[in-house]
Amino acid sequence: MTTAGTATPETARTLGMVQAINEALDVALSTDPAVFALGEDIQEPGGGGFGVHKGLGVKHGAHRVRMTPISEQAIMGAAIGAAISGLRPVAEIMLMNFVHVCMDQLVNHAAKLRYMSGGRTPVPLTVRTATGAGGGFGAQHSDMLEAQLVHAAGLKVVVPSNPADAKGLLLSSIFDDDPCVFVEVTGLYFAARGPVPEGDYRVPLGQANIARAGDDVTVITYGRQVADCLAVAEQLAGEGVGVEVIDLRTLQPLDTATLLGSVARTRRAVIVHEAVRRNGFGAELSATIHAELFGQLAAPVVRVTAPDTPVPYARSLEEAYIPSRSRIAAAIRSTL
Amino acid sequence: MSISAPPDSADAVDFSASPGIDVQLGLFRTATRIARFDEKYRSLMTSGAIGGMYYSPRGQEFAAASVAAHLRRDDYVVTTYRGLHDQIAKGVPLRELWAEYLGKAAGTCAGKGGPMHVTAPEYGLMVTTGVVGSGLPIANGLGLSAQLRGTDQVTVVNFGDGASNIGAFHESLNLASIWRLPVIFVCQNNQYAEYTPLREGTSVDRIAKRAAAYSVPGVTVDGNNPIELYNAAGAAVERARSGGGPTLLEAMTFRFCGHIMGDQQVYMPAEELRAAIAADPLVRFRAQLAVHVGEDELAAVERAAADEVADAWEFARTAELPAVSELTTDVYADTAQDGVTA
Repeated sequence: MTTAGTATPETARTLGMVQAINEALDVALSTDPAVFALGEDIQEPGGGGFGVHKGLGVKHGAHRVRMTPISEQAIMGAAIGAAISGLRPVAEIMLMNFVHVCMDQLVNHAAKLRYMSGGRTPVPLTVRTATGAGGGFGAQHSDMLEAQLVHAAGLKVVVPSNPADAKGLLLSSIFDDDPCVFVEVTGLYFAARGPVPEGDYRVPLGQANIARAGDDVTVITYGRQVADCLAVAEQLAGEGVGVEVIDLRTLQPLDTATLLGSVARTRRAVIVHEAVRRNGFGAELSATIHAELFGQLAAPVVRVTAPDTPVPYARSLEEAYIPSRSRIAAAIRSTL
Repeated sequence: MSISAPPDSADAVDFSASPGIDVQLGLFRTATRIARFDEKYRSLMTSGAIGGMYYSPRGQEFAAASVAAHLRRDDYVVTTYRGLHDQIAKGVPLRELWAEYLGKAAGTCAGKGGPMHVTAPEYGLMVTTGVVGSGLPIANGLGLSAQLRGTDQVTVVNFGDGASNIGAFHESLNLASIWRLPVIFVCQNNQYAEYTPLREGTSVDRIAKRAAAYSVPGVTVDGNNPIELYNAAGAAVERARSGGGPTLLEAMTFRFCGHIMGDQQVYMPAEELRAAIAADPLVRFRAQLAVHVGEDELAAVERAAADEVADAWEFARTAELPAVSELTTDVYADTAQDGVTA
């Protein structure tokens, strides 16, 4: 096993997100016989709605890469039952909006069985699910619902922003002893490419990544918006503004030490996420920063989010819905 | 993967053959322990000695005892908030069980679960859920786990007639069928879904009929007849254990104390309840056994059950509540991440 920071460039290849996730699943299935995957359509030839399981059913067998009917409650329940009796299931819920279909299993059971049993039935379960606006899929295939899941004590929530993190965080999730929801942003599936270490590469849960260092403003983000924030930071560097970009990677556990350390230094914080603003994860971040650093802030914390609407269909509306680089830049400038 | 056709006439199978007297005495013992626990618990609630919620299984004792008699300790059981009988029948010790019901640190779940969430994996009691129908999808996972690990463990999931109207029931039977899971779906049909009679909320008069829609054998038996249910459950368990797949086993029964403690049962004709209590399966089975077993032996079983229950109550009553520091532990594996700010 290698961990973040120890991988040498020679062992890394340039991969896309789908390949990186596929590789993590392959490593997990090869490493531990207790691991198995289940989900709709994940068998050959398709390997799932986005092809994430491609080739794995042939390599590891249909009993370990299990195709299910379109039955989200049954998928989640089967994964939970297997997890409390010695296995490490990796369930695919094709799209994050469909997590609502099995919210009872996930929130009332996966999240709580450890606690309700006084620690006797841990749930080492990983739920992979894809989502994100920008693909023209409209209101029921695009929502970022991470805040709803962070709200359920007992769940861990992971949102990778690049292929290396996707691989390393997924392997950490699978071998974690708690239920992890792993959110894959569809907009990154085929757009994001980057160096990915080979083998059993892991990125620890709860460790944010300072994606870019800077001294004037801290931008806290995750998922698809990391790339946008980095682009804006590059642009503002030309204007003499030093923007530090923190990629949270995991929302629960949350690396408060890294984000508070950064904001304590820059005294300015901008939070960027694609989910709607009201009770979004940014509200929790903002409250934490204000509570811990109130007297030291040079400006109120600013949030850049989607408006409080469903995801629209029309291209013009969908573009306006997603936090744009110009909105992010304007928010950063407003704190200076 | 192939789907087996359900037997044509499962209901016509003769389940009347008597097992040995030791087995029958065992069923009587389990049912008696359940009934004595329940009666003492209710009397203490009525007197105000203990509070909280309680969903009495009185009347349904054999629905648990006759099924669990076929299970090994390493077999799995999933049950619901009306779960005392299933918890006892699976072998959970009464002391730890009662302590959990009172939320004491010595309880099966260190007091964090309570009656609706009793869990005791070392006895195979894997989940007690407070959400109607939610146990079925999880039972499939337990069955799948046994299948993937290559063991011959079976899983019994208990639920009521009301649960058969929830989507999870239908998703679960379908999945169990196509994967031939070693799961016995036991519908303890007590004829009332909370406060609504079966006929008013359910499109079929027998829940087992729904099995046909999933190519699963469906069997309805008199759940108040310990022998008949014992035999039917034995066939279902054997089928699951030998790789034959799931069964939907419906045990017709009745609850004597309504949905929840304090339920006045105004939604039920008084005569219906009177008749059910008059036909108390525990009393009837005792009389049946008395033909073969001496009165002394039956009385000894009852005395032992009463003593065990009294001991469990005393243990639970005097046990400590969990320390307040326990509030934030067991949320995550790593206690450093438990850090819940209050």
